[in-house]
Amino acid sequence: MREPGPLWRRRLLWAVVPLREGVVTALRDALGDGLVDSLIKPDDDIWVRVSGDVWQQAGRVLRDTVGCDYFCFLSAIDWMPSPYGRGEDDPTQPAPERDTAIKQGYTGGNTRMQVFARVTNLQQHFGVTIKADVSDSAPTIDSWVSVYAGANWHERECHEMFGIEFNGHPDLRNMYLPTDFEGYPLRKDFPLLARMVKPWPGIVDVELLPGDSGDDPAVEGDA
Amino acid sequence: MTDVQKPDVQKPDVQKLSYIAAQAADARLNVELETEGMTLNIGPQHPATHGTLRIIVRLDGEQVIWAEPGAGYMHRGYEKLTEVRTFPQVTALVNRIDWLGSFANEVPFILAAEKLMAIEAPPRAQWIRTILFELSRIANVSLFLGDLGVQLGAITPVFMAFRDREYVLNLIESATGGRFHPNFDRIGGLKEDLPAGWIIETKQVMKKLRNFCDEIENLLFGNEIFQSRLRGIGVIPAEVAKQYGLSGANLRASGVDWDLRRDQSLPLAYDKVDFKVWTHPDGDSFARCWIRLQETREATKIVDQLLDGIPSGSVMAKVPRIIKVPEGEAWVSTENPLGEMGYYVVSKGDLGPFRVKIRSASFNNISIVPWVLRGVYVPDVISILASLYFILGDIDR
Repeated sequence: MREPGPLWRRRLLWAVVPLREGVVTALRDALGDGLVDSLIKPDDDIWVRVSGDVWQQAGRVLRDTVGCDYFCFLSAIDWMPSPYGRGEDDPTQPAPERDTAIKQGYTGGNTRMQVFARVTNLQQHFGVTIKADVSDSAPTIDSWVSVYAGANWHERECHEMFGIEFNGHPDLRNMYLPTDFEGYPLRKDFPLLARMVKPWPGIVDVELLPGDSGDDPAVEGDA
Repeated sequence: MTDVQKPDVQKPDVQKLSYIAAQAADARLNVELETEGMTLNIGPQHPATHGTLRIIVRLDGEQVIWAEPGAGYMHRGYEKLTEVRTFPQVTALVNRIDWLGSFANEVPFILAAEKLMAIEAPPRAQWIRTILFELSRIANVSLFLGDLGVQLGAITPVFMAFRDREYVLNLIESATGGRFHPNFDRIGGLKEDLPAGWIIETKQVMKKLRNFCDEIENLLFGNEIFQSRLRGIGVIPAEVAKQYGLSGANLRASGVDWDLRRDQSLPLAYDKVDFKVWTHPDGDSFARCWIRLQETREATKIVDQLLDGIPSGSVMAKVPRIIKVPEGEAWVSTENPLGEMGYYVVSKGDLGPFRVKIRSASFNNISIVPWVLRGVYVPDVISILASLYFILGDIDR
């Protein structure tokens, strides 16, 4: 077996924390109050949240100042807990009470839906996950197509799946769904109809064995 | 094994220039003759489209002036379906994204779940994961190398590809029980250990696969027709490739030295082996095909090195019988056969994920098609699409 070769020393760059702080500093210098929150997890990743009106500008700063010229993906998250749970309710019984409190993930947030994207710096080997709030009533945000050309299809997908409008996008046609499709499938309040009409048989997979509390570490953890 | 050649930098320039000159001359002719544009539908069912991808091209004479791929004939909604599955059940779904290299789809998702749970698979499991990952790369890309010939009118390579891919599929089947959809990766390790005799058999198969690469190189890559159909065609500069998020061989063919196997730290065994990340300065169709050929060879060498040093021990870490993943967000991506495949997993401390964003390689790789097809000739549409290499399930998810 060989020792890690010289090529592999490059990967150590991922662990450099000052580099990551430099990303947040660069964004704060350029955006001011537009940078709402940031989170740096050592040995993991960088998350930043910007306000919606500087979304496009933040993309430019990431591309030109921070050097993240590689576009990875763009999508959205609906933070509302699903009113249908995991679709395992018995259709003959009344629906159980569910927690409806909206709780955002890393770097917080104030709205139900957030747009998030990821870009990578290929020279210095780090990626940045950037989020922005979009309003609940009319979810709209500036398009990234003029910053990263690859955002085009991602924004089309995000538009039809979440109903988010992208200002300045050349062509927000549906990619997957029929043109007259109603509703936004990846929103949490869109029911997964296959689960509504027929109970899911997979529930038995996690049934406890007799005398098993479920929390003990088992060597054959074949859950 | 023969030494691999250095890319010939001089030759494509001449070809490229003559191609551009021909394009300009044709465009002038079209203006003079006042030719009418026409719209041509390639697909959804067309032998050159690897499945149900529809490509609408608007032509002026023989030249494409506008092109748009129509994806979505195979959308299965995996991002929605993951929200109603438990974490271990998700691997059965994501297997079907890139169906030629199924095992490679499971790994980043499992690694993301393990990252959130702050556990790591035992070394033996990591090594076997890496071996199976590379085997699925070989199975995937060897079919590409054969299929490439079919797109350009050569029938023989595809039979060789199917013959030799069969050996790899047999290996994957004997280790995991599934030829196409192994569903073998578990949170905390693997379902089972390797069967007896598997290592020796794998070494023999790797030798066969290296022979296959040599055969393909002699048969296809040195062929004059093959070269004139691919060299200087469909050039993607590095800047454009990065803007569109091209990944894998498509990015490296544009001269960007970026490989997630080498350039990030993951609990896989890639840091224990020596391998070369091939790049090509040209960015044309030939470069993309050439990179994939070299990568298949490199993958067989990685497998050989890993087989020599598999550590002993268990293949499963201690994990609870019922897996609840702690609250948090994690992004893990790996260098899959088609490019960068990643999962952004959001967990709320429940049995199943709250949201999974699947970043598949082909989606980005194909989104460049409207850009790269502008101005090319109709027969080149086929060769450029073939060299970009996409799997329909990987575009539509």
